[in-house]
Amino acid sequence: MKKTLLLLLSISINIPIQAQELSDILESEIPNTTEYVSATFKGTRIINGHSIENRKKGILEFLISHRFGKISDGEEQFFGIDESNIRLALEYGLTNDIMIGLGRSSFEKTYDGFIKYKLLKQSKGEKTFPISVSLFGSVARKTLKDYLPENEPSFNERLFYTTQILIARKFSESFSFQLTPSYIHRNLVATTDDPHDIFALGAGMRLKLNKRMSINSEYYHTFNPLESKDVENVFSIGLDIETGGHIFQLVLSNANTMIEKAFITETTDNFFKGDIHFGFNISRAFHLQKHKTKILLTDEEKNYDTLEN
Amino acid sequence: MRFITLLFILITGLYVSAQEKYFTKQGYISFFSHTSVEDIKAENNQVLSIIDFSTGEIAITVLMKSFAFEKALMQEHFNENYVESDKYPKATFTGTIQNLKDILEGNNTIAEIKGKLTIKGITKIVTIESKTVIENDSITLKGKFMVTVADFNIKIPAIVRKNIAESVEVTFLLNHQPYKK
Repeated sequence: MKKTLLLLLSISINIPIQAQELSDILESEIPNTTEYVSATFKGTRIINGHSIENRKKGILEFLISHRFGKISDGEEQFFGIDESNIRLALEYGLTNDIMIGLGRSSFEKTYDGFIKYKLLKQSKGEKTFPISVSLFGSVARKTLKDYLPENEPSFNERLFYTTQILIARKFSESFSFQLTPSYIHRNLVATTDDPHDIFALGAGMRLKLNKRMSINSEYYHTFNPLESKDVENVFSIGLDIETGGHIFQLVLSNANTMIEKAFITETTDNFFKGDIHFGFNISRAFHLQKHKTKILLTDEEKNYDTLEN
Repeated sequence: MRFITLLFILITGLYVSAQEKYFTKQGYISFFSHTSVEDIKAENNQVLSIIDFSTGEIAITVLMKSFAFEKALMQEHFNENYVESDKYPKATFTGTIQNLKDILEGNNTIAEIKGKLTIKGITKIVTIESKTVIENDSITLKGKFMVTVADFNIKIPAIVRKNIAESVEVTFLLNHQPYKK
């Protein structure tokens, strides 16, 4: 009798313990993995300049960027809308870490090609790393015939090179910041006073408003600007709107160009004097390559309906 | 002596109950959304699940970031916009097999599991039917059920409403082995 009581007692002790345990066991069995931070920025551009974001492997993005004339031109120019610069580009994720792009700007009829590589990724979990670092390189070639026929420059003389290190951190779900040390080399300069090599530092940020919208801003400071032009540092502010495979960026900037060598070193308008250009970037992503389903169930397992046992 | 008996019973009691736990951390769950515009499928093979056959209790944990989609952008949108996996990293289910006796005695292979399904911090009581295969060293649960997206505060913006179904079909295949601590 006593033994039966003891048995009942032991069962009644054991069962409640187990009931609580199951969730705890699962909690303790969750594998410790490294989780890479995603969506530090939404687009591959913060506004004019590149962000650390790449398109994932197999995604082709068609990017249309527009900058209108100065709002300060007033009604006669319909607040800048009469005038516009456009860049059309196809950009593609070769791997999840390497992205390439080809673009053509109407400004000085310039072609550009770039490559961007994700060197380090901010992560948490098993391996924690505080920042993301990407490397960016581009070549631009001006094809505008702005020379006298007897002075035709060679192919190389029309080339510009940009190298950037993109360093970013997503501080919280809604705030990301990026620093962008930049080096721009031009093979041919307008006057001997102009530097061939220009150094600049960019800073950009993203402030998330809600799930699909964020406010971005960006500033580039040039340390040794061109002397032959009255150039200004670039300030831009924009609104990102994301819907499905599209990203719309509405932009206010004193730059009217959309590639690094131009907007960083050749911007002549002053944002704070009202020389502001309205513009937008629109992107559409196409999945050229579908992610192969990694998980392979056997045919038998897939047909679990028919599997009887 | 009585103390030793008690100890013995307690230990064997624990031992037996330990043997009755079956566990997996490579469980498979997929979901499928069908509309006339687009089919969306995502799969996860890192589902954690544990069954205690002495009580019929089941607990399942699904890490949202482990869902793999065909399209990389969908995966990003799923985590960022729909399930907000930074805020709600996992979905859980805890429940009890209602007809445990029938299952154990082999009278029935369809387990009726009633319990709490939690996605995005919202808990609903659901009853899931699961085919149950008991073999020497494994217990397999498999089945399908429907989840209404709106029940779990997952908002679908108007612009993609035609692309995402209002309820998605969830398929599971959980092959448990005896749990050894």
